[in-house]
Amino acid sequence: MAKYTYPEEKDLQKFVVARYRKAWIWQTLFLGSLLVAIVSLLALLLNVVDGAFGYVAYEFKKDPSTISAKPIEQLTQQELAALLQANLSTGAYKKLNNETPMGERSESDLYGLVLERIIQVDTKATYSLSDSLFRKAEIQAEVAEKYPKARLDFRYWLTPNFLTSPQSSKAEFAGVRTAILGSIWLVLIAVTLALPVGVGAAIYLQEYARKNSINTLIQTNINNLAGVPSIVYGMLGLAIFVRAFEIFTSGAMFGIVDANGRTIMSAGLTMGILVLPLVIINAQEAIKAVPDSIRQAAFGVGATKWQTVWSHILPSALPGILTGSILAMSRAVGETAPLIIVGASTFISQDPSGPFSKFTALPIQIYQWTARAQSEFHNIAAAAILVLLILLLTLNASAILLRNRFQRRY
Amino acid sequence: MVNMNRPLDLRKKPRIGESAIQALLFFAGILSVFTTLAIVFVLGKEALLFFNDPEVTLAEFFTSTKWAPAIGDFGIWALVSATLTTSAIAILVAVPLGMSAAIYLSEYASPRARSILKPLLEILAGIPTVVYGYFALLFVTPILRSLTGEDNLGVYNMLSAGLVMGIMILPLISSMSEDALSAVPRSLREAAYAMGATPFEASVQVVLPAALSGIGAAVIVGISRAVGETMIVAVASGATSEFTFNPLQAAETMTAHIARISGGDLSYNSIDYNSLFAIALMLFLVTLVLNLVSQWVVAKFREQYE
Repeated sequence: MAKYTYPEEKDLQKFVVARYRKAWIWQTLFLGSLLVAIVSLLALLLNVVDGAFGYVAYEFKKDPSTISAKPIEQLTQQELAALLQANLSTGAYKKLNNETPMGERSESDLYGLVLERIIQVDTKATYSLSDSLFRKAEIQAEVAEKYPKARLDFRYWLTPNFLTSPQSSKAEFAGVRTAILGSIWLVLIAVTLALPVGVGAAIYLQEYARKNSINTLIQTNINNLAGVPSIVYGMLGLAIFVRAFEIFTSGAMFGIVDANGRTIMSAGLTMGILVLPLVIINAQEAIKAVPDSIRQAAFGVGATKWQTVWSHILPSALPGILTGSILAMSRAVGETAPLIIVGASTFISQDPSGPFSKFTALPIQIYQWTARAQSEFHNIAAAAILVLLILLLTLNASAILLRNRFQRRY
Repeated sequence: MVNMNRPLDLRKKPRIGESAIQALLFFAGILSVFTTLAIVFVLGKEALLFFNDPEVTLAEFFTSTKWAPAIGDFGIWALVSATLTTSAIAILVAVPLGMSAAIYLSEYASPRARSILKPLLEILAGIPTVVYGYFALLFVTPILRSLTGEDNLGVYNMLSAGLVMGIMILPLISSMSEDALSAVPRSLREAAYAMGATPFEASVQVVLPAALSGIGAAVIVGISRAVGETMIVAVASGATSEFTFNPLQAAETMTAHIARISGGDLSYNSIDYNSLFAIALMLFLVTLVLNLVSQWVVAKFREQYE
C-alpha cells in the first residue's frame, strides 16, 4: 500500500488559493455571459429607439411659396381645401372628396394631403438619433454640401399621426393604422378560437382524463405541437383555411364576392391553431395549482363532476388561465412567418371592414419596411417596432398585474 | 319533499348533460391530435404531388446541391446548408452563454439579483423575431462589416443572422437549464461544500452532472427552434439559394425560402407551390424528431432525488 503524504501546509495553501482563483474566474465568466445577454437586449432596444428619431434632409418638389402667399402651416381648413382644389387635377380631387368629403376632413389631414400631393416631400437622407445628437455639425455640413437645396429638420418618426394614418407608399406619410386594426382583428379571432378550445382541452386532461393510451397520446401531442415551427402552421393555414375552406374564409358563403381566401379570417384561424398548445399548457398549469381539497369539498356536498369544475375549479384557476391567454395573445401579435404564408397583403391602405377583408398586420409592416432599401423606411420600421413593443409590454404587464392581484395561495 | 315511504335510490343515475359536456371536452382535447394529423396529411399530400412530378426525383432532392425551380433543379442541400450553418452559429453562441447564465442565476445570484436579472431575460425571450431581424440587418451586420471590411462581408450574410439567432435562443436555453439546475436538491450542494469544494467545483462537478438531462433537453429544443426560425434569416441572410457553409456568404435557409416564395404571387398546383410543402415536411419531421428526442432524454436520463 502506497503511503500517502499530506502536502506541506504552504503547498496546501497555494493549492487552495489556486482553486479559489479558478472558481472566481469562472464565476466572472458566468456573470459575463448573463451580462452579454442583457447588453444585447439593451443594444436591441437602443438600436430601435435610435432609428425612430433623428434628422431628415428633404427637398420640396414644388416650392410652397409658389402656391400660397401665406406659409402653409398657418392656413385654415378651408384655405387648405381650396389649395387642394386649385392644384390637383379635377379627377384626383373628386376621388379624394368621394373618400371623405373635404368639409369633414381635419386640418392636419388636409395639411398632410397638401404636403403629400402638391408640394411632394422628397427625402434625401435620414440620420439616426445618436448621430443627430452627437454629430450635428457634421450632418449640417454634409447636407449643405450634398443637397444644397434641402432642408434639415429633426423628425419624430413615431407620432400620433403615425398611429392614425393608413399605409402609404411614401415613408413620410405612412402610418400603422391599417396594420394595428389588422392585428387586433387577428388576435380577436385567434383568441375566440383558442381560448374555449384550449381551456376545454385543459379541463379534460386535468379533470376527466384517465391514464390511458389515448390521453397520453393527446398530452404528448400537445407538447410536440408547441415545438412545431410557426412557418409550418402557416403552410397548414395556407392549405386548409386559405384553399380548402376558401368558400368560408373568403366570405363567399356570406355573399361577399370578388375575394379570395387570403383574409383576416384565415390568418386568425391559423394563429388560433398556433397558440392553442400554449393556451392548453398554461391552462393546465393553472388547473393543476388548484388544490385537491376544493374538489373533495365539492364532491363531498354532492356536486357532480361538471358542477365541481364549473363552480369551483374554474373560478380558482381563472387568473392563471387569463394570464396564460394574454401571453398567448402576445405571441399571436408578434408572430410574422405564418402571416406571410397565408398571404397578408403587402400594401393595403383601407381599414379592414370585417373578418373577410384583406389585411396587413403590424409585424408584416415591420418586415416589409425593414426589407426596403431606402433608409426612411428603416426609420418607420423602427417606429412601428416601438409601437409593437409598447403593445406587447402593455399586454405582458397586464398579465403580471392580473397574476399578482388575483392569484390565490393555498 | 322526499317521499319517506319509498326507499331512497342511491344508484348512479345517468346524467345526459354531464356526459355531453365530457364528450365536448374530450373533443376539445382530441382536436390537437387532429391538428397534427392535418399537418402530416396536408404536407404529405402536397409533397407527394411534388415527388410525383416527372421533373423531380427523390434521389435528386436528397443529394443534389442546386435549388433552381425555374430550370427544374430541386436539390434540398442548397437550402439545408444554410439552415445548418445559421443554426450551428446560433447554437455555438446560445449554448455556452445560455448555460453559463443559467449556472450564474441558479448557483451564484442572490435572490434579489435573480429577481432583476430573470425578468430581463424573459423580456429578451418575448421580443418578436421580426424585431430580431431588424436588429440583425441594421445593427449587427453594419458592425460586422466595419470589423471585417465591406469587401469581405455583404449586406446579407449568414453570420449576422446566426449570431442574432443565438441571442434569440439564449433565454430559452438559459431558462430551461436553470429549471433543471434548480431542481437538483440542496443536499448535493451542501455535501460538496462539506468536502471543501469551491462554489465552481460544486456547481460544475456536482450540480451540473445531476442536471445534465434537463440541460441536454434544453440544447435540443434550442436546435429545433433555430432550425425552424424564419424571420431573422428571411430579413438578414439573403435571398439566394446557394450551397455554401461559409458564414460570410449570403444564402437562403429552408424557412426563408418558404417565406420568400409564398410571399409572392404563387399559383396553386404549380411545382413551386408543391415544392414548398416538401421543404416544410422536412422541417416538420426534423423538429418533431428533435422534440421527441429531447422529451426522451429527459425521461430516460433524469436523476431522481427524493
